[in-house]
Amino acid sequence: MNFALPDELIAFRDLARDFAAREIAPHARKWDAEKWISEDAVRRAGEVGLLGVTAPEGFGGAGQGMLAMTVVVEEIARHCGAFALLIAAHSGLCSGHIKLAGSDEQKRKYLPRLARGELIGSWCLSEPHCGTDAAALTTRAEKSGRGWVLNGQKMWVTNGRRAGVYVVMAKTKPEAGPRTISAFIVEREAKGLEVGEPEDKMGMRGSDTTPLALENVQVGEDALCGALHDGYVDALRVLDRGRVTIGALSVGLARGCLEEAVKYAAERRSFGVPLHAHQAIQMKLADMDTQVEAARLLVRQAAYGFDAGRPDKQAASIAKLFASEMASRVGWDSIQIHGGAGYTKDVCVERLVRDNKLCEIGEGSSEVQRMLIARAEFAKRAAS
Amino acid sequence: MSTIPTTTTDAAADFGWDLGEDHRLLRDSVREFAENEVLNGAGERDVRGEFPREIIRRLSEMGYLGICVPEQYGGAGLDSLAACLVVEELSRADASVGVIVSVQNSLVIDPILRHGSEAQKQRWLPRMARGELLNCFSLSEPNSGSDAGAMLCRATFKGDHWLIHGTKCWVTTGAEADMILLFARSEDAPRRNASAFVIEKSTPGITVGKHEEKMGIRASSTTELIFDNVKVPADALLGERGRGLSIALSAISGGRLGIAAQAIGIAQMALDKAAKYALARKQFGKPIAEFQAIQWKIADMATRLAASRALTYKGAWHKDRGEFKGLRRVGAMAKVFAGETARFCANEAVQVLGGMGYCREEGVERLYRDAKITEIYEGTSEMNRLAIAETLSADPGPLTDV
Repeated sequence: MNFALPDELIAFRDLARDFAAREIAPHARKWDAEKWISEDAVRRAGEVGLLGVTAPEGFGGAGQGMLAMTVVVEEIARHCGAFALLIAAHSGLCSGHIKLAGSDEQKRKYLPRLARGELIGSWCLSEPHCGTDAAALTTRAEKSGRGWVLNGQKMWVTNGRRAGVYVVMAKTKPEAGPRTISAFIVEREAKGLEVGEPEDKMGMRGSDTTPLALENVQVGEDALCGALHDGYVDALRVLDRGRVTIGALSVGLARGCLEEAVKYAAERRSFGVPLHAHQAIQMKLADMDTQVEAARLLVRQAAYGFDAGRPDKQAASIAKLFASEMASRVGWDSIQIHGGAGYTKDVCVERLVRDNKLCEIGEGSSEVQRMLIARAEFAKRAAS
Repeated sequence: MSTIPTTTTDAAADFGWDLGEDHRLLRDSVREFAENEVLNGAGERDVRGEFPREIIRRLSEMGYLGICVPEQYGGAGLDSLAACLVVEELSRADASVGVIVSVQNSLVIDPILRHGSEAQKQRWLPRMARGELLNCFSLSEPNSGSDAGAMLCRATFKGDHWLIHGTKCWVTTGAEADMILLFARSEDAPRRNASAFVIEKSTPGITVGKHEEKMGIRASSTTELIFDNVKVPADALLGERGRGLSIALSAISGGRLGIAAQAIGIAQMALDKAAKYALARKQFGKPIAEFQAIQWKIADMATRLAASRALTYKGAWHKDRGEFKGLRRVGAMAKVFAGETARFCANEAVQVLGGMGYCREEGVERLYRDAKITEIYEGTSEMNRLAIAETLSADPGPLTDV
């Protein structure tokens, strides 16, 4: 066992930490209010390499694995959950799906531009009437002479407005069962693709979440990403990794809440002593620190499993469940330590807490994670 | 003769949590022993408050009473992670056995290794490692528990020997131990002036006082030790005179990992029992494992258990690298978190088993009673939280990395 990050990842961490402090932290409140992360900041993130950490080296990326992803996402989320979510959907889901299932030609065509941030990616699974129960999706792709025609409604599309390319899951043979889903790469310019009004969300507000309408969208044969009817399995594999990334996002948000609380508890005085001299505050800080540490270990453990070729879906679920619920607890405690100040937008904590609520919902709700974890525990014992 | 599979700590290993082959083999072999030899009779020993003498003898034959003692002193020469795995697997079957082994290794052998003179190491460690000498650790007193610096037991230097006088309590294995690692006030300054002594319990003037009648870990003994002007030789002093408290605190700092491992063992058995029962028990026409209300409990138990292991193994990693700052922080986290996880899991297991959980037959109510101690001894959860908070104000961030 070895818990020390390799030097290479420490370099990525420092790059992301520096970028987050300089280019994200000063603007995050504004982005939250305006519901939009500036294009400039996204472009610069691409320039320094933060949008292509996990893209293969041959396709313009840094060729890193999930562990690097968790390290980078934690640093970004420390100051802004929305920016981290943009990266998670862009690199993890969209580029990740193309990397996992795409043809060499598709990789050549999209991955380098995605890695550099010239193109922002999006991934579309959920629909108005199916979230957790993804196999119930109704978007349809039908064979036409020159390729495929897509029809349907997508929802909760992260990066929906700023994306130049979408990986869209659609049914290709519904008569053969709910899981005959395939993935298609659809470009923004495609005729019939309409991006709806962004949702007015509680948190993650700088990240644009939109509905997406597909009306007779014609794509070529070469838009099919991965094997025909096999997209559901690929989507689940992408989601397994995505869960670890969301866990890392929560670790970053919670760390922000903790660091702000530690700082405030040292500066603010009551009854003639700093707040942190009171045991009531010490107990809270200790629990917050313990939970953040445990969550980071679970997240990195799950991430490393993928990198080492031993993916453990239960570990990914555990990491996401624990990290996302822990970050909410840590966030509320941080607001409590800040008192009135924590209830205002002058302190970033209330924003980080709002951001984190998404992590308990997106990419598999806490309820789904618990179902999966329990199922895995029972399976271990039913076999014996 | 040691029969422990050998392990090595590879500092240059790839990043990761995977137990190496050696540690896995060790864990599996202890698990097999625990399931075959320890689990049977754990319930009866608990009811009777009976010390697991035969099991301890078997463990000593296998080398588990000197897990981290270097081979040159006759031990198994394994690392802290190995010690955690041994205590975890033994505690899964019987938490009383787990704590006896943890105290032997972490609270007594470890400080002798760290602070003992070469003569002390050669004299005591081989016999301790072979289990010929069973150890106890004696710090607490009726009026000093968490506030160890307030101890009253007195050690007076008489030129060529010490005279020790006072009463100690809460001594694990106090009745059966052959050796005592004792802490006593040795200077006139008001506080923080204790010295540590390695003493044979057969020394005239030492008597075993009250045996506590405990809620849990009933097969391990907890007693008073009474020192009535006990004359001990000058070379019983461990480490520097007056520096005993820091020896005690650093021993406990490592010992926390052992207690965290004990808690993990209890929690794991609670999960095992609950999951197995849920698969077998049918209500409303299907196994209760199919109800989400039960699935949620199992998921939460497994999740907290995974977090407890991550913290504990990382604490052991810090210890093996000699990173005492990391050990203090993560070890305290591990103990707080694993202790509370043990209580949580034991409680949920009783609930899943319902009436059967509340009865002795299944051994689940024993887990519930045993779990509680892990939040109290070797630093209460409150003291550990204070220790964590202290490291936070000393080092406010970025709060990340190892």
